Formats: sequence, structure tokens, C-alpha cells
Amino acid sequence: MDAEKELLELKARLDEMPGKENKLSMVVFSGELDKQIAAMIIATGAAAMGMKVVMFYTFWGTAALRDPGKKAGGKDFMSKMFGIMLPKGRNKTKLSKMNMAGMGTAMLKGLMKKKNVASMDELFEAAGALGVEINICEMSMDLMGFKREEMIEYPNLNVVGVATFLAHAKESAIQLFI
Amino acid sequence: MEEYKAVKVLNYKGLSCPMPIVKISQEIPKVAVGDVLEVQTSDPGSIADFPAWAKTTGNAVLDIKQEPGLIRIFVKRQK
Repeated sequence: MDAEKELLELKARLDEMPGKENKLSMVVFSGELDKQIAAMIIATGAAAMGMKVVMFYTFWGTAALRDPGKKAGGKDFMSKMFGIMLPKGRNKTKLSKMNMAGMGTAMLKGLMKKKNVASMDELFEAAGALGVEINICEMSMDLMGFKREEMIEYPNLNVVGVATFLAHAKESAIQLFI
Repeated sequence: MEEYKAVKVLNYKGLSCPMPIVKISQEIPKVAVGDVLEVQTSDPGSIADFPAWAKTTGNAVLDIKQEPGLIRIFVKRQK
């Protein structure tokens, strides 16, 4: 077997190998403020490090992508209930621990401001500017009765299914689930 | 002590993680290859993060000077 043929075969095999791209795929499953902050800090940090970043919001995570200024009509009773029960947007989420009926969350937000930690609004703005892709799980949106028209304005926002996540995750050097 | 000739001084004082590296990643493409930027920050995490960022993105941190209440980081665009 000649060396050139062997080399080409090796190259083809290398192309098939998972995780070769300088890319981060992240599932944002949790809807709590602390976990959402962690997700956004890792996403913007990775984008700053030159990585392509693809985020997949699913289940409780999707509520953070609602725009509080938008309304969507034509919802059934269950969808309306979910709409009321779940936080309306990224600034209405609560801490996973020490929420204390909202006091803990308010205190943390005060601390973040005092210590000049980027707010969720600033993090989303940075993510948009850095080209971070945001995907929303279609099934979660359907389950909770969220509609595309009540989601935030974001430069790179798509509604997708699990196959899109898996296709990205397979190629990514890093995969995270938050 | 060697002083680096920075084409621009960036004031990131008061900002915390991840904003300093988010901002430097947006500034570095605006200067020419070989240019040096001086970052002024108060974030101690930047001392570890800038070299890590530079290593990953193929740029260079020439020096980190620590003064009371101020950290000066000299970043060179390499490519």
C-alpha cells in the first residue's frame, strides 16, 4: 500500500472524528437565574476565546427567552397557566438556592450591580455582538405554549429540534449541559 | 523595566468576568498585527484569564504589571 493512499485514508478518518471543531455546544435546561448567568458567562467567554458557540434552550430554560414586552394570543387554558407560572424573561428568573421569596434574588442582583458584574441584559448583548447562536427547542415551546412571536429580539435566534443540537454537539470540542 | 509602546490604552477598570476578555476579543481585530494594546483592569481574575485567552486565540501577553488597585496587561496582536 503506497503512502499517499494511506495518508488520504487517514485524513478521511480524521474528518469523521467527533469533536474536532473549535466549537462549544451548550444545553440550557435550567430556568434559574444563577444557572442562566453561568451559561451566559461561559458562552460569551468561549466566543471571546474565538470559539463558535451554539446554545440550545430547552425545558425551563426557554422561559428566559421570553420578551416581557410581547404578547401572543390564541392560547389554550394550559398554555395560559404556564405563561403565568413561568418567569417572563431573563430578568424575572429566581435563584435556585436562597431565593427566600425573592429577597435572595434581589440581594444578589444588588450585589452584582455593586461589584459591577455584567447583568443578564449586558451578557445577552455581548453574546449577540460576538455571534453566539441561540436555538430554542421547538418541543419545549410547544409544551409550555410559548410562541415564536413572544420571544426576544436576538440577532441569531432559531427554533430547532434535538437533531440540530446533536449535529452541532458531535462536531464540538466542548459540550455542556446546564 | 521595559515599557511597551501601546497603540491604545483600554480602560476596563471595574469590569468583572467575562467582560474584560469579551471586550479585548472585540478590540484586537481593530488593530494591526504586531500592535500592542494596554489593558487597565481591576479584575484579579484577568491575571490568569488574559494569558489563557491569548494562548487560545494565538495572541500574546507581553507583560502584566500589578500596581496598587490597578493591573496593566500588555497584549500584542500576533495574527
